[in-house]
Amino acid sequence: MTDDNRNDTDLSRRQFVGKSSWLAGGAVISASLAGCATSPSAAPVAYAGGSDTLKLAVVGCGGRGTGAAKQALKADAGVELVAVADAFGDRADTCVSALKRIYGDERVKVTPETTFVGFDAFSQAIDMADVVILATPPGFRPEHFEYAVAGNKQIFCEKPMATDAYGIRRVLAAAKEAEEKKLNVVVGLQRHYQPCYLETFQRYQDGAVGEIISGQVYWNSDGVWVREREPQQTEMEYQMRNWYYFNWLCGDHILEQHIHNIDVANWFIGDYPVSAQGMGGRQVRNGPDHGEIFDHHFVEFTYASGAVISSQCRHQPGCANMVEERFQTTGGSIHTDGGNKGIITGRSGETIYKHSGMFDPSPYQTEHNELFASIRSGGHINNADYGAKSTMTAILGRMATYSGKKIDWDKALVSNQRLVPDSKNLDWDGNPPSMPDANGNYAIPVPGKTRVL
Amino acid sequence: MTAKLTSLVIAVVAMACVDHAQAQDFAPYSQAIPGSGQIMPMVPVAGGRFNMGSQPDETGHQPHEAPQHAVTVGDFWMGQYEISWQQYDLFVHRDDDSFGQLTAPDKLQALSIDGLTGATTPYVEMSFGMGKEGYPAINITQYAALHYARWLSAKTGHFYRLPTEAEWEYACRAGTSTPWSFGDNSAMANEYAIHAGNSEEHYALVGSRRSNPWDLYDMHGNVAEWTMDQFDPGFYSKSEAENPWNRPTELYPRVTRGGSWIHTPEQQRCASRLPSAANWKERDPQIPKSDWWLTNAPFVGFRLVRPRTQPPAEDIARYWLEAIEDYGI
Repeated sequence: MTDDNRNDTDLSRRQFVGKSSWLAGGAVISASLAGCATSPSAAPVAYAGGSDTLKLAVVGCGGRGTGAAKQALKADAGVELVAVADAFGDRADTCVSALKRIYGDERVKVTPETTFVGFDAFSQAIDMADVVILATPPGFRPEHFEYAVAGNKQIFCEKPMATDAYGIRRVLAAAKEAEEKKLNVVVGLQRHYQPCYLETFQRYQDGAVGEIISGQVYWNSDGVWVREREPQQTEMEYQMRNWYYFNWLCGDHILEQHIHNIDVANWFIGDYPVSAQGMGGRQVRNGPDHGEIFDHHFVEFTYASGAVISSQCRHQPGCANMVEERFQTTGGSIHTDGGNKGIITGRSGETIYKHSGMFDPSPYQTEHNELFASIRSGGHINNADYGAKSTMTAILGRMATYSGKKIDWDKALVSNQRLVPDSKNLDWDGNPPSMPDANGNYAIPVPGKTRVL
Repeated sequence: MTAKLTSLVIAVVAMACVDHAQAQDFAPYSQAIPGSGQIMPMVPVAGGRFNMGSQPDETGHQPHEAPQHAVTVGDFWMGQYEISWQQYDLFVHRDDDSFGQLTAPDKLQALSIDGLTGATTPYVEMSFGMGKEGYPAINITQYAALHYARWLSAKTGHFYRLPTEAEWEYACRAGTSTPWSFGDNSAMANEYAIHAGNSEEHYALVGSRRSNPWDLYDMHGNVAEWTMDQFDPGFYSKSEAENPWNRPTELYPRVTRGGSWIHTPEQQRCASRLPSAANWKERDPQIPKSDWWLTNAPFVGFRLVRPRTQPPAEDIARYWLEAIEDYGI
């Protein structure tokens, strides 16, 4: 019920939001940078007290982008949505009308002129904002993130952050730039903002059960949505609508979804794997509307410490379902899951810690609360480095299952395979990177033959 | 609806009733779900008069359970068990012709069904790793549960829906007037109910404890069950005496009954009412939030009823509630 209460406060506050405009992004950033040497108070003053407006833009207006915008508007009463961008006009319009319904015209100031549509729409929306939400399919993220960092924007960036190693290198470079500029970057790996994980991690860090030596992380479920081909669609439009099943856009479910669990392993271990090997395929979900991705992957990630994490993800209805993380440690074991669960057990089976929080605050809201609090106080959160490297870990796993070979992190990260064209080279009548054969089927990776490096 | 169409519908209903009276006594039966191997045992519940709600001196009594008042409900069949995942997933995955093999067009018209919507595929795993085969379907909205009933009606030609709150309590009491259908001793709950004290923090297979006197399983505990009603704490002061139904007009709160594996026996009494709340979708990150799925309610499921006499199509239409979009407000 706290959810409701916060929102009521927001709604009741909305008529009190001051009209004074906030300094242009660039000016504050320079002040903030300069602040290290000469002017420490410049940035905090600019945002203080929630009285100044922060202009928000959403890039990627699906249900998730719309949800993130709502969370941003709820997190900070001074936020105004000024622009949206999406490849599709209907998506952009639905997003704006939903948000206007919640927050009204006072805080949702998007007009037809600031509703940008198409592959290149992102830049115009980002230009208008102080804070941006990047929530398109992940293939576009590197270009959008790079652009937002170059424009000195404060950023909420959904996971994953890329679909190929080329994109990861761009994101890592931009992440470094964001660090130097002291930009706030919150990445939507929301388990980092969820009490069951934070409480369990803290106790693990404090030595409750020693060091992790092995683990199993899972996202085994029935699968996700499918958007079937419609007769009037070009191939590009079809893939953009049914993006989950195309690697340049989605990166396969080991990346798009299972990244959450793989990221927990990286986070708890405090490192990224040195290599991966595994297997996978496509046995049940294998129709033409299922594009080119696998329906199961099983990967072993090996870390420098010698720890090995087994990673399972499966999208097959009717099988055992589990979405959780389990670790064996020198002193016991750890069990976490997104359903607000965290358990630490000693070697003789005794419960050392047990988190139960059926109605814990939504981590999706908390990540925005913390982002805006940090912006207001002149703070600096930057999740981009771990966001990029956990994205890379899942890509490494996909490389292992597609190729059937053992893949080293160092080689994977410098791979020249590039899945995603730049936006300037995309249009609705053009061919996407993967094209169907005469029967409407797409080439499926073949372990032992497919090259990934 | 034009007069001509109305008379046509009535003629169809009359035929269906004749059909039904010849084919079926008011007896237990098993409803097969066409196109699957799934069977739903249905138990006849002969209607009658009972005292709904509880007296202030009852253990665990809540003010919204008062005043206790006399209510009459009609005859209906009720599902002997909570709906299982295998039964529910037919409606989610839409394979095995689950949306293809429907009853005859005239029967669909009599059921006021002119098209079907299936639940969306959830992004997150909804059983929360507690198991699926034989376990109750959970994290399902009232809208989804009701549209499951609508889908099942379209498949079978029989009018299935959620029980009203009154029907649910009547069936739970099964002729008793004690806090639980097994009496007034909560220590007996272990034999009859999955509750916080014996659940080991997860739901159980449906029917894993003893039934109530009318052969209904898990009315107390395991998962809380959706009813057709809006939750109004003051409803009992103004409720109709015959087949009351507080038809929902708002998304929250609506009523679940019977408590669950996270609740104590006191919260699972016949009279206990558990209203839904917006935070049952706390972790849904999208806007609008899902019409079909809850994200924080692994304790809520449902079972269905079928009225003995199928009402006219225009009355049935009132039961097929529209979705109210959830903007998380």
